[in-house]
Amino acid sequence: MNKQEALFSYTLRLADNGLILSQRLAAWTGHGPFLEEDLALTNIALDILGQAKSLLEYAGQVEGKGRSEDDLAFLRGEREFYNTQLVEQPNGDYAKTIARQYFVDVFDFHFYTALANSKDETLAGIAAKSIKEITYHVRHSGSWMLRFGGGTEESKQRLQDAVNDLWRYTGEQFEMNEVDALLIKEGIAVDMTAVKAAWDKQVINILNEASITTPLVAVMQTGSRQGKHTEHLGYILAEMQYLPRVIPGAKW
Amino acid sequence: MEEWFDAKLQKNEMIEPKDWMPDNYRKHLIRQISQHAHSEIIGMLPEGNWITRAPSLRAKIVLMAKVQDEGGHGLYLYTAAETLGTSREEVLDALHTGKAKYSSIFNYPTLTWADIGMVGWLVDGAAIMNQVMLQRTSYGPYSRAMVRICKEESFHQRQGYESVCHLAFGTPEQKAMAQDALNRWWWPTLMMFGPTDDKSPNSAQAIKWKIKRESNDQLRQRFVNQTVSQAEYLGLTIPDPDLKWNEERQAYDFGTPNWDEFAAVVAGNGPCNKERLAARVKAHNEGEWVRAAATAYALKKNEVMSAA
Repeated sequence: MNKQEALFSYTLRLADNGLILSQRLAAWTGHGPFLEEDLALTNIALDILGQAKSLLEYAGQVEGKGRSEDDLAFLRGEREFYNTQLVEQPNGDYAKTIARQYFVDVFDFHFYTALANSKDETLAGIAAKSIKEITYHVRHSGSWMLRFGGGTEESKQRLQDAVNDLWRYTGEQFEMNEVDALLIKEGIAVDMTAVKAAWDKQVINILNEASITTPLVAVMQTGSRQGKHTEHLGYILAEMQYLPRVIPGAKW
Repeated sequence: MEEWFDAKLQKNEMIEPKDWMPDNYRKHLIRQISQHAHSEIIGMLPEGNWITRAPSLRAKIVLMAKVQDEGGHGLYLYTAAETLGTSREEVLDALHTGKAKYSSIFNYPTLTWADIGMVGWLVDGAAIMNQVMLQRTSYGPYSRAMVRICKEESFHQRQGYESVCHLAFGTPEQKAMAQDALNRWWWPTLMMFGPTDDKSPNSAQAIKWKIKRESNDQLRQRFVNQTVSQAEYLGLTIPDPDLKWNEERQAYDFGTPNWDEFAAVVAGNGPCNKERLAARVKAHNEGEWVRAAATAYALKKNEVMSAA
């Protein structure tokens, strides 16, 4: 693997996280628990999709084979996606959507803060721009974590169930492979060790504050760095990609 | 009081929330503004139906932002209705129990991606005709909400037209998809302006109160005049054999919509009336515990604050 291949793979991984998460979030639009929250969540989905679009565009440039952001989003198969299994988990109830979002938002906050210092100017630029949005996202999902934990018995139980369900998918976010090793040497990629420490601290703090028990999970799920996913991804792609595949080569 | 009110209307001055107003004027406005708000909220559903299947990233972003704007319009219209002494709970309850109406157009299904373009081009185009007029409506908060809404709606209409352009000038499959969508949306769009003037029970009084300033038929005619040349440019055929330019009137003559279908859809028997309402009720009911949690948490926080 050379630097260009590593950078392509790394950028794609970040892009896919946003693409798949925003696809999940977008399913809430028009169906949120109340109007103001419907608007807020759609706004967050739009931010995340915007970040993913910029990253996919850059991934296409890095690859140098003339693939556009749409080619990369709509014409890759299940085993060519590198998003974490966490972001492809179903929306469930609002507690599950919020817990998934909070785990990702806290990760993104620490990750992109570090990535803003990358020697790759494009990635650093996208990161710096994204941080402003992510700061708001963490505040949004974090405040709902506290509301659910400290709200009613029902909301607390729903949040606890969501955290229990999702916890085993959180470890994958921090995995590093040969791509990271190569790019860390170049000053491009972020060392996940520090991100994990910051994530653990912040997430466990908020779980404590919300009176939610932190799950003890012996085995974290893994595989997405090799394009291995849960069964959910195939359905997400089938829905998302069908039209450009039915009329190949069309402009929209 | 009534004289003062009439004089104010006569001078084209706005009526404001604290002003005296006739009960029926207030009732008419609550009904119209809340129906308008409901239309925005229900309107999120047929368009939202395609967000997860939008065929390009840009199209997906544009559509999400658009549906979000519709929700925003609903929000400021609910707020405008609240200035007349009603509450969000009351108006939502009227919607969920089927007492309140909303624009019938949203009871039609969005079957293909081309429908999303059609909704922007035709449905928003028709809505704008009405909304431009309502910017000069006599009730201040409604008028100001409409000014804001109009800016965004004309943007949506341009985006819808652009989306239809991609299809009309695209592959043969895309063009066929656009024509099929136009065939299905044309007549329901014309019905959006409401019954003909001689059959519109609320119109005359609304015009007298300067809530409405133009009649259903005037607005419908203006819409047809504007849209025909756009369809010609796109190479799409408007599905009306009676459509032709009338030199004398300097306007297009056009056929009669199927008013029986209109009556059926308004009465709740359109293709998606049940699904649309069911989706709103489901979202509201499933959101109940979320709203309850937020309220309970806010109360606890206040107690802690006042104890400190």
